[in-house]
Amino acid sequence: MRAADLIRFARDAATGNPLRTGLLVLAMAIGVAAVVVLTALADGARRYVLNQFSAIGSNLVIVLPGRSQTGGFNPGNAITSTPRDLTIDDAQALRRASAVHRVAPLAVGTSEISVGGRLREVMVAGTTADFIAVRRLTLAQGRFLPPGDWRRGASEAVIGARIRDELFGRDEALGQLVRVGDRRFRIVGVLAATGQGLGMNTDELVIVPVALAQAMFNSNTLFRILVEANSREAIAPAKAQVSEIIRLRHEGEEDVTVITQDAVLATFDRLLGTLTVAVAGIAAISLAVAGILVMNVMLVSVTQRTAEIGLLKALGATRATIRNAFLTEAAMLSLAGALLGFALGHAAATVIRQLYPAFPAQPPDWAVLAGVATALVTGLAFGVLPARRAALLDPVQSLARR
Amino acid sequence: MTAPLIELSRIERVFHLGDSQVHALQSIDLCIAAGEYVAVMGPSGSGKSTLLNLIGLLDRPDSGSYRLAGRDVTTLSADEQARVRSERIGFVFQSFHLVPRLTAAENIALPMVLAGIPPAQRGERVRQALRDYGLENRADHRPDQLSGGQRQRVAIARATIMQPALVLADEPTGNLDRTTGEEVMRLLEELNRGGVTLIVVTHDGALGARARRQLLMADGSLQQDRPRSGGTRSETCALPT
Repeated sequence: MRAADLIRFARDAATGNPLRTGLLVLAMAIGVAAVVVLTALADGARRYVLNQFSAIGSNLVIVLPGRSQTGGFNPGNAITSTPRDLTIDDAQALRRASAVHRVAPLAVGTSEISVGGRLREVMVAGTTADFIAVRRLTLAQGRFLPPGDWRRGASEAVIGARIRDELFGRDEALGQLVRVGDRRFRIVGVLAATGQGLGMNTDELVIVPVALAQAMFNSNTLFRILVEANSREAIAPAKAQVSEIIRLRHEGEEDVTVITQDAVLATFDRLLGTLTVAVAGIAAISLAVAGILVMNVMLVSVTQRTAEIGLLKALGATRATIRNAFLTEAAMLSLAGALLGFALGHAAATVIRQLYPAFPAQPPDWAVLAGVATALVTGLAFGVLPARRAALLDPVQSLARR
Repeated sequence: MTAPLIELSRIERVFHLGDSQVHALQSIDLCIAAGEYVAVMGPSGSGKSTLLNLIGLLDRPDSGSYRLAGRDVTTLSADEQARVRSERIGFVFQSFHLVPRLTAAENIALPMVLAGIPPAQRGERVRQALRDYGLENRADHRPDQLSGGQRQRVAIARATIMQPALVLADEPTGNLDRTTGEEVMRLLEELNRGGVTLIVVTHDGALGARARRQLLMADGSLQQDRPRSGGTRSETCALPT
């Protein structure tokens, strides 16, 4: 029997009983759709978390003063006693490292900001021009701190969106003079509202040149040095170079902690990736159930079509032909179910994305492929038994059946 | 003298029904030449359908040998037998056995589809068959839209589409009224006149009397093998002793 005839014969046999075929395709479709939607949710959760982490900047290597083994951000890091200060000179030295793209020193303290009689407590971040690029921040208005000598700096400040709203309301903020602590700054830029980011809410931040911040807090040490590596691959060499440079500058003593955002990200990535696989496995059970359903329905079909099978044998069909006809039918039903499920699953994922734009519910390709492949394989595997039974039917007895 | 098409010798067929054994066929020796018109008659349960199934390679004997066109076919594998059925044997059944979801034309084409004949060639032969059997206007009708006589004409067209040497008909008029039954028999006999060996199983004496040779069966054995009145039976093959 020719392949085209085989497919047409199987198609006609399948459409000859629309209810049976429809239910079977639906069962398979639900299985595949379950895989697609569940993995979309799990992988969406993974990417949501990764996005949140990435919001603090990508390819980051962070230098903390003090030796600690902590693998992530820890409030304790902020109050560890420091044997040796992490200075602006240290930060400047890091710019020479080959794997380093940008460096932004960060000195942090709290102070008061006042303008026109309004006063509030704010977190003041002293940094340099590259900070905005390293942290992936965007400006709503004006400009950021100008590049220049890190040891000096004009009395200019960039404020967060929330500060702007609270201090100025509807009035123009750019160009206004504010008092921060005992100094006066001119506002040159306003950060775009983000509302996210770990540890530090940039909406309630006042950013000033690092030298002025250190003077304001009367300290020489930096809170952090943010280092952006050239690329994702360059993170490891950047980390090594940064450690080495600081160690040399600190008389061979390793008194800083260098952490990579990558280490934190990788942990979450692994954790949530495992979750996705587990969820996919659970969803795959529904595919196995659908496979058993295929077997049942095909077995019933063989019983119903016994007389037809006997006839085909009388007309010269070999066992292989009969087997292939039933296998082709099982494969077609599975394929139709898989495609329908694929479409349904993607439609559901799209609806979820529309309803919750922040949540990237996109099924991973491997899960979609695995889901469709599992549907086909189970459909075929569970189609083998009915097809064999059909092929081995005795023609005389089959023909006698009505 | 024509060479024998079918040679059966010492054919036994035993069915096991629970503990008891039923001898459906007992030491059948039979020789049928190409082009013969044979009626197999006998009461129900006499083994005539079993004999037909055996000749049609749908069933295997428990012992004995069957040579079809000089070739021993009892030892063939199931798939080889299927090929022989496809090329040499056409079946006509009492209950037509048309595939209900296929049209008349598709039913007729089915043996060619199973044999893997290219579609272009199939179309031409199906059109010819539809013309031959007066079914041109019924080509796209499904079996449930056809009358009994039309259905059996479709079945005969299907049985002959592969141009077999042998057509086996099991009670071909059993489900038809007298007029259409007569018409179907005429078609089958026309095939026989064209050189096709025709074996008809029937319990209708009048129908059997039309055949040039009648086999009478009872309890699984051949009771009588007689040519139609007056004719002489040609000894086409010497039965092995």
